[in-house]
Amino acid sequence: MKFTTTLLASSAIIGAGTLAFADAHADMAKEMTLVSWGGAYQASQDKAYLQPYLEMHPEISAVWDESSNEAVAKLRAMNEAGNVTWDLVDVVAADAIRLCDEGLAMEIDAEEMLAEAPDGTSAEDDFGDLLVSDCFIPQIVYSTTFGYRTDMVGDTPPTKICDVFDTEAYPGKRALEKRPINNMEWALLCDGVAKDEVYDVLATPEGQEKALAKLDTIKDDVIWWSAGADTPQLLADGEVVMGSTYNGRLFSVIEEQDQPVAMLWDAQVFDLDGWIIPAGLPDDRLARVKDFVKFATDTQRLADQSQYISYGPARLSSAPMVGKHAELGIDMAPHMPTDPANAKNTFLYNYEFWADYRDDIDAKFQAWLAQ
Amino acid sequence: MSDTADATNDTSEQAGPVLAADGTPLKRSLNRALRRQKLSALLLIAPLLIFILVTFIAPIADMLFRSVENQIVQDTLPRTTQTLAEWDSESGETPGAPVYKALYEDLFIAQERKLHTRLGSRLNYELTGASSLFRKSGRGVDDIGEVYQDQFEDLNDFWKKGENWNALLGSDAWLTEISGWKKSTGDVQPPFEMREGMAELLPETAEYYAIFADFVQNDDEDNLYKEDPWALIYSAFYDDLTGPTAAQIASYTGPASAELGEAAAAAPAFETVDYKAAFSEIDKDWGKTPIWGTIRAYSPALTNGYFLNAVDMQKSPDGPEFRPDNERIYGTLFLRTLFMSICITVSCILLGYPVAWILANLPARTANLLMILVLLPFWTSLLVRTSAWKVMLQQQGVINDTLVWLGIVADDSRLALINNQTGTIIAMTHILLPFMILPLYSVMQTVPPSYLRAAKSLGATNWTAFWRVYFPQSVPGIGAGSILVFILSIGYYITPEIVGGTTGTFISNRIAYHISSSLNWGLAAALGAILLAVVLGLYWTYDKIVGIDNVKLGG
Repeated sequence: MKFTTTLLASSAIIGAGTLAFADAHADMAKEMTLVSWGGAYQASQDKAYLQPYLEMHPEISAVWDESSNEAVAKLRAMNEAGNVTWDLVDVVAADAIRLCDEGLAMEIDAEEMLAEAPDGTSAEDDFGDLLVSDCFIPQIVYSTTFGYRTDMVGDTPPTKICDVFDTEAYPGKRALEKRPINNMEWALLCDGVAKDEVYDVLATPEGQEKALAKLDTIKDDVIWWSAGADTPQLLADGEVVMGSTYNGRLFSVIEEQDQPVAMLWDAQVFDLDGWIIPAGLPDDRLARVKDFVKFATDTQRLADQSQYISYGPARLSSAPMVGKHAELGIDMAPHMPTDPANAKNTFLYNYEFWADYRDDIDAKFQAWLAQ
Repeated sequence: MSDTADATNDTSEQAGPVLAADGTPLKRSLNRALRRQKLSALLLIAPLLIFILVTFIAPIADMLFRSVENQIVQDTLPRTTQTLAEWDSESGETPGAPVYKALYEDLFIAQERKLHTRLGSRLNYELTGASSLFRKSGRGVDDIGEVYQDQFEDLNDFWKKGENWNALLGSDAWLTEISGWKKSTGDVQPPFEMREGMAELLPETAEYYAIFADFVQNDDEDNLYKEDPWALIYSAFYDDLTGPTAAQIASYTGPASAELGEAAAAAPAFETVDYKAAFSEIDKDWGKTPIWGTIRAYSPALTNGYFLNAVDMQKSPDGPEFRPDNERIYGTLFLRTLFMSICITVSCILLGYPVAWILANLPARTANLLMILVLLPFWTSLLVRTSAWKVMLQQQGVINDTLVWLGIVADDSRLALINNQTGTIIAMTHILLPFMILPLYSVMQTVPPSYLRAAKSLGATNWTAFWRVYFPQSVPGIGAGSILVFILSIGYYITPEIVGGTTGTFISNRIAYHISSSLNWGLAAALGAILLAVVLGLYWTYDKIVGIDNVKLGG
């Protein structure tokens, strides 16, 4: 009894001491853990926003954690354990919506938390439609699109998405992602469904059958990938004649590694990547993260990022500031998925649709794959 | 007990049981000493035992429990599930008005607490579309309640202010405390206390106001005194003013009695809300039966739904039924996992046995050198080895290139060695081979070479000597190696994911998908539980047939 009292008293004193310390010294934490995807993308974030921020605040230390591809599951586990160690997490928009739904991400007030454009446009207008979830702070627009081997397609390189389904004209393997998203849309599109009806058709069981039947025509010629680096590797090895992946990966195969690969922009699917702030951060860490995010998502910083990677900045006001690649010195604009020449025929990832149909269609897709 | 002891000892001795020095029977005293010893031994291992329980058994049990846990529906929609219990799901009609009203109340509270979307994702595993239905409805419920809120506020500005509501519903003692409280002082906010009699006078208002007060004070940590109430409070208030307790209002004399009397007089003439129509307007799915059937089927706190799903079945009004053919996958995957694990185990035996034999029969120096060759790949990162196999096996890879160069295979019909079952079996056999070689080697080392020589000197041929004398003695090693390899391979997922393509993946790949991607942890837990049960069942069969005592990991 007496022991317990002493213990309680002493911990109370320690607790009070810590509180006093926190009050006296810092409203903002001095450490940040940022979560991203690793590789060239994380490097672009590091160079464009984190290093400049650290120069302004030399007292801060920041750590990268390359866990974005399993961020949703890990955040949920951390939240259940009551110990969220991440301060800012880079996720794709679909994951941001799920995290928001699960109550794992904090809601964002764009007006208050994000910087205005240089011309005074509010952040909300500057990001516009890209604020697809209450918890999501967009950074970049990327696209999932096809690349093909220029030396394996003869004199008539593919120009349309449906060439992917044409194994007569373009024999050889194709690389497609091992999930229904995007593949189902492309299949329907090439099965004669009009672009604006794709999701209406895909919502019906018959439409899903139709899409799988179309995919079935090339099933024997497909290598299914699950990591974004697979397709570039398969293309470089000559294992596949064409394959889908993120446009930035193809950029690096074509421009940085100089492989005989070219882009097939037709029916590219736009998607977004951005930050979420985990729900329930302590005040000092939250204050630090807010300060960083405001800086890291301003017009200049987002434009800077496009010097290192061929993803389009999510702000309207950043677009005119896109310049040359920092090392290669080539113009980045023609490599952006949003460039008018590339964006003649595009899709926007339908978040609402896939949030609803993901489980159902995925079950059918996986069953079809396993047959 | 001592009676029987006496009886047995009767013939040999007259003096009764043997006694210890202190006069207690020796048997009892020995037992006591032993018990003490056992207890202290237990205490000695207690830290380890507790550590294992807390860090290993408990998390696994917790994870497996998720395969039946289904608290979320009940917790988020307590009133709805209760009123829905009376609905006849086979009537083909949507539930009655009270269910929609209960849904409004539950959903209003849930969206304030931001729990409705979580429930939506949960139900979306069972019914496609539930996710957006709940997201949309969460945004819509505010508008439903505002009908009453606007009418009360138009009637009298008094009803706009949180302070006035507090004056009506809060107890005097609490009101004095809260009016003096300031957040900045760091004191704890005095918890809301209901005015006496309010629970009888305005039962629904009181109930929801208590929930509102708790939310504001504990979740939002705002000052309740100045917080304007939810729209939900107004609809509850309307229900009270037009409900069975309305008659008592005339006799109420406490604070705000004039405003309350005025509201009670005006309320019967108010425009009312048809909750059913309002919900159908938010989304037409609320006006159909599937969502209600799903909510009802998943209202109990425990569900077998995940397990049914894990064996390709689903709930239906007539009990569990098989899913349509084009959605069945787990049965195939379980069988494939078992079949391929057996293939991998067999090929490990075939490849590992001769290697272990050579290792065991070479002089120690050479054996050690060869042993390093076995262990070296074992020490290399799993991902590196798997990726190396990719380079070896792909169509433009080393093996195919060599075969084409040798002219064995034509250039346009290169072998498909990867992204199928072959790839998984080759790569996993290589990765798991040391687990077979090491136990085999340690068992073979203990087999004296003189036995083989003795057999031969008695006239056995090489084959007979091996098969009748040597092989039986190495069986415990095969048993141990097989168990290791089989159990490891049944739960593998990195290698099948990388080299397995679509036909070479295991059940673990689906478990990983549900854990990290679809977030359907319940289904993942159910699949994991089944896998665990299968392994335990096989282990039991193995014990019955071969006997676990015959397994040796070393000499």
